Amino acid sequence: MIVLAVFTGAALAASLFADRRKTRAGLLFGARMFLKTLPALVLMVTAVGMILSALDPRFLEILFGGGGWMPFLAGLAVGTVALIPGFIAFPMAGLLRSNGVSTAVLAAFVTSLLMVGMVTLPLESRFFGRKAALWRNGLSLIAAAIVALAMSLVLK
Amino acid sequence: MKSEQSGIRFRAALPWAAGGTVFLMWGASRFWPAFSFGERAGRASFGMIREMAGILPVMFILVGLFEVWVPRKSIERFLGREAGWKAVPWLILLATVQAGPLYGAFPVAVGLARKGCSPRNVFIYLGAFSTLKIPLLTFEIGFLGLPFSLARVLISLPAFILVGVLVDRLVPGWTPPDFK
Repeated sequence: MIVLAVFTGAALAASLFADRRKTRAGLLFGARMFLKTLPALVLMVTAVGMILSALDPRFLEILFGGGGWMPFLAGLAVGTVALIPGFIAFPMAGLLRSNGVSTAVLAAFVTSLLMVGMVTLPLESRFFGRKAALWRNGLSLIAAAIVALAMSLVLK
Repeated sequence: MKSEQSGIRFRAALPWAAGGTVFLMWGASRFWPAFSFGERAGRASFGMIREMAGILPVMFILVGLFEVWVPRKSIERFLGREAGWKAVPWLILLATVQAGPLYGAFPVAVGLARKGCSPRNVFIYLGAFSTLKIPLLTFEIGFLGLPFSLARVLISLPAFILVGVLVDRLVPGWTPPDFK
């Protein structure tokens, strides 16, 4: 991320040096895009705030423990609804594993967390249209379930 | 006609109302300590805003510069319809070297689409971004181990390519919004 920020800064400086009017047009384009998506961003922030505060690791442990299909489906459901940054999600997943949560459930949780974003759906609709956003997330959820099942077979 | 308009107005007001609600809950928890849900929701939202403040300005500046400087021909050649399957390695390379959450990739994907990246490739790019970022993999390997990470990456690869192909088929004639 820092690398990207430095790169952007350098690109901006080079752009300003090369052509001020073009740079202005580019920045205006970016700003317009930002303003158009601002409401969806606000909605996402509030959803994340409420969902993160409702989840805690002990609750997940109860939800993901035990046998049968329920923990697997719970893993998929929580991964779909939540938006947790990797640096929180993976330590949490590691902790859950050492507390006995099975690979299949962890895989379901991680794959759906990465591939499906229900709280980012309004934002994604703003960028790609509602139809494409719904299809991408719906199909990704199915894909996440299949990937997780295949992983549990491979990793045994 | 009228009810349709009020529906639109309601949708436009919803995000701000939700934002205000979290802020009020956070405020209420200051005076009523037992209401810790409000405090945690406020803190998590604030953390989220800080994370976005670090990522989104960079993304939007980058996309703006991309829009004015990058010639349409170059993107069309590598990521357009004519590029066929040869585009997929480029998409994956582009996605893996990036960092940050998926919503940071949305403006980039739209920027690519405006320059002639085909719809199928836009959705494959999103899939690659969500599953294969290198910073993410280092964390995953650290906490869940190499076998877990390797299995996930290898099995996800055909899965997200297939998802991209299917979304392209299911939403014919997809074009990016112009944000005018």
